[in-house]
Amino acid sequence: MDNPLTPRSNDLGLTAASKANTPIENQDAKSFFAQLQGFWVTFITMFKKVNTVEYPEVKEPTAERFHGRHQLNRYEDGLEKCIGCELCAWACPADAILVEGESNTEEARFSPGERYGKVYQINYLRCVFCGLCIEACPTRALTMTNEYELADDSRKKLIFEKEDLLAPLKSGMLQPPHPMAEGKTHIDYYRGEIKGGSNG
Amino acid sequence: MVPEQALLETQAPVEMITVVIDGFEVSVPKGTLVIRAAEKLGIQIPRFCDHPLLDPAGACRQCLVDIEINGRAFPKPQASCTIPVENNMIVKTQLTSPVAEKAQAGIMEFLLINHPLDCPVCDKGGECPLQNQAMSNGRPDSRYEGVKRTFEKPVPISTQVLLDRERCVLCARCTRFSEQIAGDPFITLNERGALQQVGIYAEDPFESYYSGNTVQICPVGALTGASYRFRARPFDLVSVDSACEHCASGCAMRTDIRRGKTLRRLAGDDSSVNEEWNCDKGRWAFKYLTSRERVTSPMIRGEDGELHEASWPEAIAFAASGLKGKRAGVLVGGRATVEDAYGYSKFARVALGTNDIDFRSRPHSDEESSFLTSVALGLKTTYKDIDKADKVVLLGFEPEEESPIVFLRIYKQVRKRALAVISDAPFASRGSQKLNAELVTEISTISGLTAKSVILVGERLAEKSGALSSALALAEKSGAKLAWIPRRAGERGALSSGAIATLLPGGRPVSEPSARVDVAAAWSVDSLPSNPGRSTSEILLALSVNNLDAVVIGGVDPLDISNEALTQLLNSFVVSLEISHSSVTAIADVVLPVAAVVEKSGSFQDWQGSVRAFDKAIADSLSRSDVRILSMIADEMGSPINLPTVSATAREIAALGLWDGSVSAFEKAATEKSAIPEGKLNLTSWRLLLDLGTLQDGEANLAGTARKASAHISATRAEKLGVKTGEEISISSDLGAIKLPVTISDMSDQAIWVPRNSIGSQVIANLGFVTGPVTVVKA
Ligand code: SF4
Ligand code: SF4
Ligand code: SF4
Ligand code: SF4
Ligand code: FES
Repeated sequence: MDNPLTPRSNDLGLTAASKANTPIENQDAKSFFAQLQGFWVTFITMFKKVNTVEYPEVKEPTAERFHGRHQLNRYEDGLEKCIGCELCAWACPADAILVEGESNTEEARFSPGERYGKVYQINYLRCVFCGLCIEACPTRALTMTNEYELADDSRKKLIFEKEDLLAPLKSGMLQPPHPMAEGKTHIDYYRGEIKGGSNG
Repeated sequence: MVPEQALLETQAPVEMITVVIDGFEVSVPKGTLVIRAAEKLGIQIPRFCDHPLLDPAGACRQCLVDIEINGRAFPKPQASCTIPVENNMIVKTQLTSPVAEKAQAGIMEFLLINHPLDCPVCDKGGECPLQNQAMSNGRPDSRYEGVKRTFEKPVPISTQVLLDRERCVLCARCTRFSEQIAGDPFITLNERGALQQVGIYAEDPFESYYSGNTVQICPVGALTGASYRFRARPFDLVSVDSACEHCASGCAMRTDIRRGKTLRRLAGDDSSVNEEWNCDKGRWAFKYLTSRERVTSPMIRGEDGELHEASWPEAIAFAASGLKGKRAGVLVGGRATVEDAYGYSKFARVALGTNDIDFRSRPHSDEESSFLTSVALGLKTTYKDIDKADKVVLLGFEPEEESPIVFLRIYKQVRKRALAVISDAPFASRGSQKLNAELVTEISTISGLTAKSVILVGERLAEKSGALSSALALAEKSGAKLAWIPRRAGERGALSSGAIATLLPGGRPVSEPSARVDVAAAWSVDSLPSNPGRSTSEILLALSVNNLDAVVIGGVDPLDISNEALTQLLNSFVVSLEISHSSVTAIADVVLPVAAVVEKSGSFQDWQGSVRAFDKAIADSLSRSDVRILSMIADEMGSPINLPTVSATAREIAALGLWDGSVSAFEKAATEKSAIPEGKLNLTSWRLLLDLGTLQDGEANLAGTARKASAHISATRAEKLGVKTGEEISISSDLGAIKLPVTISDMSDQAIWVPRNSIGSQVIANLGFVTGPVTVVKA
């Protein structure tokens, strides 16, 4: 095939197969020693310490920066960090993220500032765990945990909703919606000047 | 592009000028700006304030280039958006001149010094000229380490437009638009220096019908629309070119859809119609689709008197059995597309065997029927004629309220060359004031028109007996061009589709045997009914006295016609084709859900008669267009109309073509002097652009900018009644009364004007008529 653009489909892999059928050289007695050497490695290995573990009974911790399931973080008082900007969705090469923004109101505030993420979904059938979304996030709302056990028996269950992704409430955190800490603005939040339990 | 447009408009041979830009020669008409000459070569100079339809301002300084004329260079880079080309000019843009490049990067740095890091929460992000040009023409990183200036934000400058002052680049596009295009200078640049900002006059809120355009042309996210704020990013949206369904101006539009929902609509670009503008109604009134309870499945009224969901075959069969062999009429609402109206027209003639069909769901008259039959379809006036007119006469027509883009076109000429405008309105509305219109009370007193004058007749002229006749006489006498501008988007198309008793599709008169034979042959039927049909009010009357048994209604609000219209329907078999539940579906025997504009393809005809076709925006919608449903009913009735799809209908319309034979002569009506009884005032009214119309349902931000309803009376009358501006009066007829605050206008002492369908002033429902004698007292 001179032209590299000619499709190879009609070749049906025959060329490769016939090559595989040609007799292997170096099969004479001279290489018997070499074979023994190979079996020796196998034999010695039986007495070495094994590297595998009996998963799932035994679970090893992952590397610290392992890219696992995402998490949507909160400020110390429980307000969400996500502002629904969709930059993560934009950065995602696998188009796995869907975000819809919404306005915070005085009655229902989910994040500091004007805007929050109302709908947040990550489709783990598509996500390639590249972490580009994490780099895109302007508020550090989105980070990755080390959790890797992401298998399930339906497509639906593998589309994680906002509730599935939000970080759990730690002590001192209050379930949004609730107002910003007394006398504080969104800028204080961005600067990390909010301590937990300000409302509780 | 503007140079070409300029060419078209002036028509005189244009002097061409050749300039060299970045080493390339280009010839452009004299007067072309350097920035546009560069565009012609495909050279993009960064810019913010420059806009082809606004006067040059040179406000942002982003478009700096090096210019040299006759070998003498300007000492500093110049703003290419303010300098017209000249002979022997050599221009070097950022592409060839390091000086220009550095100047542009410097300006960009200045613009960004106080610009907030808002991109993640800014609606403009992803389609922002500032983001894009900061990337292409700015410095790679920031040298600024100070604290940025901040303002409180956002400031609502009206209920629908929000301002983030920090993001503003002071390009003055918004203020120039308001002043030069809309004539509503409610918004200005205040303060100076670093504190300069866009502001509104405290006493005059930004209540312009065109405010949405400022959001669209703002080159940054400083002006945002309240209803789109935070809803999406540009990459989420599927954009579809569409046409506006709100009036007969015929704006080209872009509809942006996300996950099956319309998120915003923008003005499309059509230089022969709406240029690049539209009105706020077209831009923001699209929630009617979701605001009321949608009819989701066909429904049949059962023995128990309640509506029950039914399958399509059941409902179609039920409708067919109720219509077959019965004396039935057809009422077509103003929202029908050309194809749907054609479907109704053919359905009436073929399946129902009647000419009882009318698209006018509003006050109408026989004089108007005659005008529509004999005159309206032959009128060839266009927007271009307004551009060239020496005088514009507005009869029964309030352009700013009833066809906003027509208003913009007239205003453009008023501003450019003080075009004379004459109006028969009872007082100078805001629109008339902006047009500087001369008011006349009698059409017969208008004089001085020439063949270059344009007479624009609105649908309301039908409400005054003899007025259409006088308008025609005026046009004939002076040779002036005449145009009929209905308010609703569907009316012009319905007229040419024959959704009226006297006309078959293509303007063929029913009374003309050869026209009937023509159409019958095209439709493969033996003959078409020849007996004269009824108008809307006659159909309703016939239904109430059992001269008709059944009626097919497509999207009509009975309260647009008359107060008793709904009760007149009660005794008949009613087939309602509707989007949402309404007063008609509440009494209908069969309700068939139809598609809204975004869910179907089709076309409208604007007042000029040009076709405004649009495609289905929500691609996976299952809703059907009216014409498809009518076709199913006709099949079931055994007299098929063979219009299975919108495109098949469009093909049939095209194949049928227009009537080229003679039309009956217009039947003049005498001018009736309705004497106003002693002690009463003569009420007139028209609809405001933003009011209680069904298609504006569910958009509170838009409704917030509607003009407040008030009753206009003269100063003398106010004195007699003992009321001052803002105090309430009560306006009553035999039927009921409305209470409204008073506005004093320069008008006849015997006259009173109120809005027709606004909050607190629903004239048809409350008073029972739209013009006539009323009793007015202090409330
Ligand atoms: S997670 Fe971060 S990047 Fe994604 S929408 Fe929320 S704030 Fe934006
Ligand atoms: S106007 Fe443009 S640059 Fe400024 S914050 Fe908005 S998106 Fe960013
Ligand atoms: S608000 Fe927008 S359009 Fe108006 S001056 Fe500022 S940047 Fe320009
Ligand atoms: S002027 Fe008419 S056609 Fe244009 S946007 Fe407004 S309502 Fe729609
Ligand atoms: S674009 Fe030329 S000064 Fe703004």
